[in-house]
Amino acid sequence: MSASSTATPAQVTLPNSLRSGPDGRGWFGEFGGRFVAETLMPLILELEEAYRAAQADPSFQKELAFYYKDYVGRPSPLWFARRLTESLGGAKIYLKREELNHTGSHKLNNVMGQILVARRMGKTRIVAETGAGQHGVATATVCALFGLKCTVYMGATDVERQKPNVFRMNLLGAEVRPVTAGAGTLKDAMNEAMRDWVANVEDTYFLVGTVAGPHPYPEMVRDFQSVIGTETKAQILEAEGRLPDAIVAAIGGGSNAMGIFHPFLDDVDVKLIGAEAAGLGLDSGKTAASVSRGRPGVLHGNRTYLLQNADGQIDEAHSISAGLDYPGIGPEHSWLNDIGRVEYVGVTDQEALEAFQLCSRQEGILPALESAHALAHVIKIAPTMGKDQIIVMNLSGRGDKDIFTVAKHVGVEL
Amino acid sequence: MSRIQARFEALKAEGRGALIPYLQAYDPDLETSLALLKAMPEAGADIIEVGVPFSDPSADGPTIQLAAQRGLKAGATLAGVLEMVQRFREHDQSTPIVLMGYLNPIHTYGADAFCRDAAQAGVDGVILVDLPTEEAQWLRPHAEAHGLDIIALVAPNTTHERLVHVLREASGFVYYVSITGITGTASASAEQLAAAVPKVKAVTSVPVAIGFGISTPEQARVASQIGDAAVVASTLIRTLAGTLVDGKATGQTVPAVTQQISALAAAVRGV
Repeated sequence: MSASSTATPAQVTLPNSLRSGPDGRGWFGEFGGRFVAETLMPLILELEEAYRAAQADPSFQKELAFYYKDYVGRPSPLWFARRLTESLGGAKIYLKREELNHTGSHKLNNVMGQILVARRMGKTRIVAETGAGQHGVATATVCALFGLKCTVYMGATDVERQKPNVFRMNLLGAEVRPVTAGAGTLKDAMNEAMRDWVANVEDTYFLVGTVAGPHPYPEMVRDFQSVIGTETKAQILEAEGRLPDAIVAAIGGGSNAMGIFHPFLDDVDVKLIGAEAAGLGLDSGKTAASVSRGRPGVLHGNRTYLLQNADGQIDEAHSISAGLDYPGIGPEHSWLNDIGRVEYVGVTDQEALEAFQLCSRQEGILPALESAHALAHVIKIAPTMGKDQIIVMNLSGRGDKDIFTVAKHVGVEL
Repeated sequence: MSRIQARFEALKAEGRGALIPYLQAYDPDLETSLALLKAMPEAGADIIEVGVPFSDPSADGPTIQLAAQRGLKAGATLAGVLEMVQRFREHDQSTPIVLMGYLNPIHTYGADAFCRDAAQAGVDGVILVDLPTEEAQWLRPHAEAHGLDIIALVAPNTTHERLVHVLREASGFVYYVSITGITGTASASAEQLAAAVPKVKAVTSVPVAIGFGISTPEQARVASQIGDAAVVASTLIRTLAGTLVDGKATGQTVPAVTQQISALAAAVRGV
């Protein structure tokens, strides 16, 4: 039986449902698990217990609903992108406006849920890893709201290319610790956050930002992000009277994608497409496309698709988008790939940059570079589809944080 | 009887615990680390831990992280580490060798192929930081078939119930991670060890080695008396790193580390 929110009868899943994972040990097929040091085992077992108790507690669900509505600003709109649809000349394109959430991305959905769990557990200090800084900003924000100590680990390379978010976190009272190990990106920040957690087991809660890590994180983060897909379903039914033909979302670790996909997993007529960051190209050796160019391995607590060399050393990922610059992917995605339920495609840096600019000019929305990867794929497939068909794209974040990166690539000095 | 068992029984007869020094394979290069490995028994190592370099050592502090980076830069692979142990075995049939590292290189190599090749090379056990009891079934049948011990890890925050669970299938020895933290940072006090280690010994008959944060001869002596062995790692790596010039080994590299091992061994042997 799924551990996903079982509060309402509509969400009860069938035994043969694709929504019933993971199993009791945290596995989605051959992916997932709990590959952590023994020092961390008591912590994740305690977390699992606390999460189960929260799920079963109506007052927790009520509290979460309150914060989603009045603090995060949910529900987020489903916007019919008329100009984009007309210029591409094919399927109708809807954008799920997660960038309108407080702090500007879908990340707050998960952070809000996990911090309410952490508070139930009596934790007083939060550590988090961040790539683009969106998860770090969301974490710092909710820590400020509840008066919790907050330490965010961020790769030194990312600190450099996401300066506005670093300053934002500082303003919110968080301490940002740059990580110089490795290439100084998201995986190194993840390693360092785990080192902090293992050294501060008493008071510290590790707030994982994506649907990866040891069980129960992939499941828990998915459940909190599933609010995206649940709303989308109701909104598209209201707008169009039917489900979409395709849903497209960008994939780094995969939390915004998992959030919008999960409520649709059993709707087999809805095609689900994850856009991985191909970087300079899938075969360039400079990519972050873990499913397309990786193979199963074990890192950061779970078995999943990883970019790695022949000896099992983890490769550095590459993407123009700091939020997608990670050599792994959540284990549920690995499973959905292997069973063929979700299609994973690669989108290059260049394609994402073009999509970023198109969306800005035609819809008046600056998308995050992460989300621009999904949009680039929409741009590819919409013209091949009929005008009576519908695509929903998860516009997971806003692009204000990326203007420096984009300016550099189009040759403008700010 | 396995080499690990034989060694602990011999030491028990001598009335002392074991000294288990650590080196990172290929740090700073294959030949230097092999020379150091070969010199360790003579310097006083009773059992040796050989670190397998990994790109993402999330349970290690900066000292061992840098050692792993040097090892990888020098071309370390898991197959290469096994070959290194095999070359050591040509000279030494009795000192137990335990590989320590992370799961992914072994996952890539394959559970059965790894256990077969490791046993053939003369490896006696493996310590895998990120393979808790809950996931160990992936490796255990193959390790048992090839006579390789999977060394269980326990920590100060491991409850009694978990100790029983984790140590049910313990073999070789138990690794007591003496602090909640990463390698080469904090140290447990003698009082903390004296309070914690008997709780571990109460649920298992296999020897208990104490590691993490042991750097001085006195700490090694105390740990080897409270437990059955003291694991010393980061301080030796720091010594090694201090002898390098532009990241390369010098004439001082092997002697500096073996001298430090001798001092640790003298304390453990009570001389």
